Amino acid sequence: MAANIAESGGGESPTRRPPKRPWVLASWTLLMFGFLYLPIIVVVMMSFNDSRILSLPLRGFTFAWYSAALQDAALKEALVNSIKVAAAATILATTLGLLAGFAIYRYPFWGRNSFRIALNLPILLPGIVTGVAMLAYFSDLGWRLSLGTVILGHVVFGIPVALGPILTRLGQFPRSLEEAAYDLGAKPVQVYWDVIFPYLRSALIASALLAFTLSFDEVVVTIFLTGRDNTLPMEIWGRLRTSITPEIAAIATLVLVVSSLLVLFSQRLTRTPS
Amino acid sequence: MNPESLVYLDAVSKIYRSGEAEIYAARDVTLDVKPGEFFSLLGSSGSGKTTTLRMIGGFEIPDRGSVYLGGAEVTTLPPYRRDVHTVFQNYALFPHLTVAENIGYPLKIARVPRAEISERVQAALKMFQIPGLGDRRPSQLSGGQQQRVALARALISRPKVLLLDEPLSALDAKIREEVRQELRELQQATNLTFIYVTHDQEEALALSDRIAVMHNGQVEQVGTPREIYNQPASLFVAQFVGKANFLLGTLLGIEQGRATVEVQGHPIHATAPAHAVSVGASVTVMVRPERVRLNPSEPLENAIAATPLRTTYIGQLLEVALDTPLGGLRLTQLEQRSLALGLESSVDSQACQVGWNAADCQVL
Repeated sequence: MAANIAESGGGESPTRRPPKRPWVLASWTLLMFGFLYLPIIVVVMMSFNDSRILSLPLRGFTFAWYSAALQDAALKEALVNSIKVAAAATILATTLGLLAGFAIYRYPFWGRNSFRIALNLPILLPGIVTGVAMLAYFSDLGWRLSLGTVILGHVVFGIPVALGPILTRLGQFPRSLEEAAYDLGAKPVQVYWDVIFPYLRSALIASALLAFTLSFDEVVVTIFLTGRDNTLPMEIWGRLRTSITPEIAAIATLVLVVSSLLVLFSQRLTRTPS
Repeated sequence: MNPESLVYLDAVSKIYRSGEAEIYAARDVTLDVKPGEFFSLLGSSGSGKTTTLRMIGGFEIPDRGSVYLGGAEVTTLPPYRRDVHTVFQNYALFPHLTVAENIGYPLKIARVPRAEISERVQAALKMFQIPGLGDRRPSQLSGGQQQRVALARALISRPKVLLLDEPLSALDAKIREEVRQELRELQQATNLTFIYVTHDQEEALALSDRIAVMHNGQVEQVGTPREIYNQPASLFVAQFVGKANFLLGTLLGIEQGRATVEVQGHPIHATAPAHAVSVGASVTVMVRPERVRLNPSEPLENAIAATPLRTTYIGQLLEVALDTPLGGLRLTQLEQRSLALGLESSVDSQACQVGWNAADCQVL
């Protein structure tokens, strides 16, 4: 088979050559994936295992830890707090990201490039820097730490996350669509809602999903900015200091499933429609 | 300004600055389009034809000069305040709307009642021979169908003027000729004013009532297709539109619209140019290859001995390259006639006679 391809191709291409010992590459790949994902698989297994400690052989299969976790008042409150924070941060970050993206795309203002870099800085900076800086800032202002300050902290790194898909999509926007709408009588506001917004819609949803996912499991910035209220990752982290319980494994599994679905969905949306 | 004109450009210029240099995308363009006219802007890329069209549509604001529509000045008005619609080169159909919503968009913007919109859209779909496609998305249509949708959308609110920016360039060669014919019929049926941008001289000649040939941002000549082809005003126009022979000579005199030019010691009779030329000036004389006749049976005003160099078969025509005392000449004639003259079999260096009339020959 390989020989046939080489013959018909008129010579063996060094870049297209199949590996000499495919099983070496395959086992190496499996090993790496195992290293990356085995810990997660262990947590998922633990959440369904009918025992307080994870040990082989596995005992029976149970949903008991899930119902226990959902009946735990502190966990439930933390979950609600996380959803509140993520939702508010997402709405703010996506709106601001859209406005900033539009400004960058549309107007050649002075300092446009620096503006763009400044917006993107929070995802490059370590969370601890953002957290400490904002904590110092808020205490100088005399603000009390609360879920509100957490939201603001999440908006800071949410904006660059939202900006990415929005700018990519705007870059693909054919100017002639906008001109056609103007030409047919639409005023600037109508052009925006009738043509530009529908074109951006999928990018906006993708941006929002990404911002939500990142806010939902953020810990580092949150540590510095939260008051009495705990978010879910904070609550989990707090409990971990004693030991990992199956209830936490169950909640972690739920978060894992939901975040994976959100990220997958957002990636589907950012693909250019044919 | 001519009171009859519907679109009038008064010495319009568009300047782009790159560093210190000023580049004229359009320079002192003055045009005058009458109601019901099919008017073409013909030129190669960078000639300023699209810039000129965009200034009429309101997408570019001229740096100098004024644009008038139906007698009113619109120079700085945005596109949505001009009663002009455009068919874009890539059609610019809204991808998230259906065909019917695309066509009805200008009516929706104008707040026409829904029932009337759907009625007029249905009528338009029928008129453009795309009934039943109303619920599709633009991406599900062929190029030809998309073009019809773009036309229907631009015409549905009955604008005063339709601007077309190379609307046929995205179509296959075969459909293009068919759609070209339909465009002309549409324009005549609706009696609308079309301003049509193209780089294709054949398209411009076939479609237009009048053509403005543009070059380097300037209008070289405005005229009917016949005027452009037979009496080109400049060397550029003669070269750009059709094929031509050019002879360099000295003007001996002009009498009653006829010029005599000395070319390599031979007097050549030609049609005098519209502009004044002084006697003794060097001029270029143009004659179209199909007007040069090989071994003419009757005496013509210009006649010269020639030696055929080679013949080229180009479909229904035969092109003959000749050497003459005036310089190299090309002529084309129907293949049948060439066969009758026995040309093909004995081309090589057989002395012959070529000639043409002064009316078929233009001093540029």
